[in-house]
Amino acid sequence: MHLSPDQLILWHYGPIRLNATIAYTWALMLVLSVGSKLITGTLSSGPQRGRWQNLLEIIVTGIEQQIEAVGLSRPRKYLPFLGTLFLFLAAAALCTIIPGYEPPTASLSTTAALALCVLVAVPLFGIIEQGIGSYLASYLKPTFIMLPFNIIGELSRTLALAVRLFGNMMSGSMIVAILLTITPFIFPIVMTLLGLLTGIVQAYIFSILAAVYITAATCASEPEPRRGPVPAH
Amino acid sequence: MDSSTIIAVASIVTAGITTGFGVLGPALGEGRAVSTALSSLAQQPDAAATITRTLFVGLAMIESTAIYCFVISMILIFANPFWNAVIAHAAGK
Repeated sequence: MHLSPDQLILWHYGPIRLNATIAYTWALMLVLSVGSKLITGTLSSGPQRGRWQNLLEIIVTGIEQQIEAVGLSRPRKYLPFLGTLFLFLAAAALCTIIPGYEPPTASLSTTAALALCVLVAVPLFGIIEQGIGSYLASYLKPTFIMLPFNIIGELSRTLALAVRLFGNMMSGSMIVAILLTITPFIFPIVMTLLGLLTGIVQAYIFSILAAVYITAATCASEPEPRRGPVPAH
Repeated sequence: MDSSTIIAVASIVTAGITTGFGVLGPALGEGRAVSTALSSLAQQPDAAATITRTLFVGLAMIESTAIYCFVISMILIFANPFWNAVIAHAAGK
């Protein structure tokens, strides 16, 4: 039994090792990018449109609405980053129905890399939106005593993002592996179904949390009322 | 008892205790969160979308504490660094 797909070596030649995490990550990237390239090659704006274009439009507008609901007023600006995160995580979770596949997000390396992307992207968006001085001043927000705690909070939520996703995806495959040795016929299928649900929810959570962090970094200083569809009592 | 036995016993017992107590708190917290969200949903069905989204995010945040304990116990059982050190030491002898 192995803890993560890092330990599953698919192919090795001398010192070069290709483990399951790298292989499946690249396979997912290939499927996602080639698939979108094929679909967006034949876009039409008329009333007649293909089913794949409809699918992509539903996904993109859905993500856009969710980002806007979090409180980011211009979702188009953040759609490439947050949408990519969600699509990759959701595809990684959904492909578990393919036999022999191991989700690359069940490895701490993948989730740590994704969380590091968020760690870098949040100050970047914050600086672009409100300028470097104003952004850095937000670290001193209540008082300057809070500076180390703000920095620690920034780091610890990155760790939490990585370990949460890793733990959920790893526990899904681990529970199925343990159940296969105890009750091998029906019950693992039920747990696989539960794992699909957990994977999608975790993909949603990861991207929503990234959106929430970006919201906090971009409009921390402006005390304007929120522009969401929520009525103000 | 030699050191490998002590490490094995300590790891297994600690893994069980970690998961047991680590699941206790988040279970209570999630129960409270869901019950509050359900009563809010019954009072304000119009805000269902906002409440549900916030509930899911909050549940995942609460649940992650249980997941941390699970990860710790999995590391203790399947990837124990102390156990690996003892094995490496015994193999080197």
